[in-house]
Amino acid sequence: MSLLSVDGVSKSFGGLRAIHRVSFDLAEGEMLGLIGPNGAGKTTLFHVVSGFLRPDEGSMTYAGESLAGLRPHDICQRGMVRTFQIVRPFLRLTVLENVVVGALQRVAHRREAMAIAGEVLDLTGLAGKAASMGHSLTLPDRKRLELARALATGPRVLLLDEVMAGLTPTETGRLIDLIRTIHGRGVTILLIEHVMKAVMALSQRVLVLNYGEVIACGRPEEVVQDRKVIEAYLGEDTADAGVGASG
Amino acid sequence: MLRLGLGAAVGVVLLVLPFWVPSTWQNLLISTFYYAYLGQAWNILGGYAGQLSLGHAAFFAIGAYTSAVLATQYAVSPWLGMFAGAALAALLSLGIGYLGFRFGLRGFYFILLTLAVAEICRLIALHLPILGGYTGLFINFSPNPWQFQFRGKIPYYFIALGFLCAGSGLVWLIQRSKLGVYLVAIREDEDASEALGVDTFRYKMLAYAVSAALTALGGTFYAYFQFYLQPNTVLNINHSVDIMIRPIVGGSGTILGPVLGSLLLELLGEFSRTTFASGTAGLSVVIYGALLIIVVLFLPRGVYPTLAHRLRRAGRIRP
Repeated sequence: MSLLSVDGVSKSFGGLRAIHRVSFDLAEGEMLGLIGPNGAGKTTLFHVVSGFLRPDEGSMTYAGESLAGLRPHDICQRGMVRTFQIVRPFLRLTVLENVVVGALQRVAHRREAMAIAGEVLDLTGLAGKAASMGHSLTLPDRKRLELARALATGPRVLLLDEVMAGLTPTETGRLIDLIRTIHGRGVTILLIEHVMKAVMALSQRVLVLNYGEVIACGRPEEVVQDRKVIEAYLGEDTADAGVGASG
Repeated sequence: MLRLGLGAAVGVVLLVLPFWVPSTWQNLLISTFYYAYLGQAWNILGGYAGQLSLGHAAFFAIGAYTSAVLATQYAVSPWLGMFAGAALAALLSLGIGYLGFRFGLRGFYFILLTLAVAEICRLIALHLPILGGYTGLFINFSPNPWQFQFRGKIPYYFIALGFLCAGSGLVWLIQRSKLGVYLVAIREDEDASEALGVDTFRYKMLAYAVSAALTALGGTFYAYFQFYLQPNTVLNINHSVDIMIRPIVGGSGTILGPVLGSLLLELLGEFSRTTFASGTAGLSVVIYGALLIIVVLFLPRGVYPTLAHRLRRAGRIRP
């Protein structure tokens, strides 16, 4: 049985159809990649699943319970946590305090939350920066912090929105290892990613969105051979010429 | 050890101080404590949770009028009446909070909402006979501690100091708790807080209610220190500014901010009054304003954060 099930979900902004009748299932323990060209509706789908936007139609079920009407904190409390594509660290808090906010999801007292936050900082490689202020971090560290905060809530499902964007290949490699470690601990992961190297390395299945609709879904190596996917990324002519899709 | 010693020294000085200083200084100290207390109450909502209220005079007035009317009309001791006022103020804050937070008013729009409600309260008070309307409400002086009425300034000094210590203690507890962490997170980024499981609506409502209730308790103190309540004074927008300016100058979102801000502004006010009062009318206020601008220009984050930063740096250079 799937842990998260999205069925026929649509969302429009005025006349713009951001996502249209999107359906997919996420199984417990799976790592599903979500890709698509810019403006395909990936982030909108995240907003809808995490409760930040109400869908116009369709239904979503998480762990056997409907997500209709739940607000973001409700969904987080049930174990599904998202990160933001444009990272949003608490700028005037230290790295440790940032993570403590997430950890308080699991425990009621600040002291216990600090202990959890400490462990998460060790895991995410931010321990050395625990006392730095949020605003003093470099982009790669901010991305890590975004991940660390979400992780501190003790999630069952992590929704990662482009955590690799803007990183150097070395940093990307390290983050891939980190996400593998997290997945290895039993966390189910849905990840939006533009960096193909990461998608191919991590995902067991890939879901492709284009103009708000699902155009392909399957194993990564199958999906990149899919004619519709190549067209979506590179245009029809190149698809005919047989050029493979790339990041 | 040094901190403990310092704290004890300050405590002893505060205990003996009112018996040694002239009565004008007693007034100055009472005013300092009292506005620091009100600033501390505002600080919970404005400084920690980052929801700026320009309408705290409404809660203040509810506290002042409720305890005064209960005492004069129904013979209820202000010591009890003050809690009735606090409850009413909390209720009003929950009403405003529901409207503001449920419909997502942020920043300027929330400020305007709080200001509008305070103005409505002022107009209501001006037209309610039981509150004395335009003429205001007088409280007859009959010294009786149970009626919150005392001879001389010294009891008021200790009550104001007690209010400040209790209020600051509460803020200290909040700051060290889950509530404090969540309020600061909400101030920094509401959406990110929601994503991390913080029920932002609930915690903002809680901060508002606590802040309003504490402000109302301060209103009762004012009523029995001044013995006269007039809507155009207690419910004036200037009064809301008086409440919020001290934590802002001292450093909002810190415990010592409201205290240092209050001390600084009282001293500036006293200095400009005594030095320039004999000259052109209104000159002292202009000087006060100019001094305020200078403070804000040079200490934009507030007195306490700047001071703490300097001290830490100095400590690092000479360990």
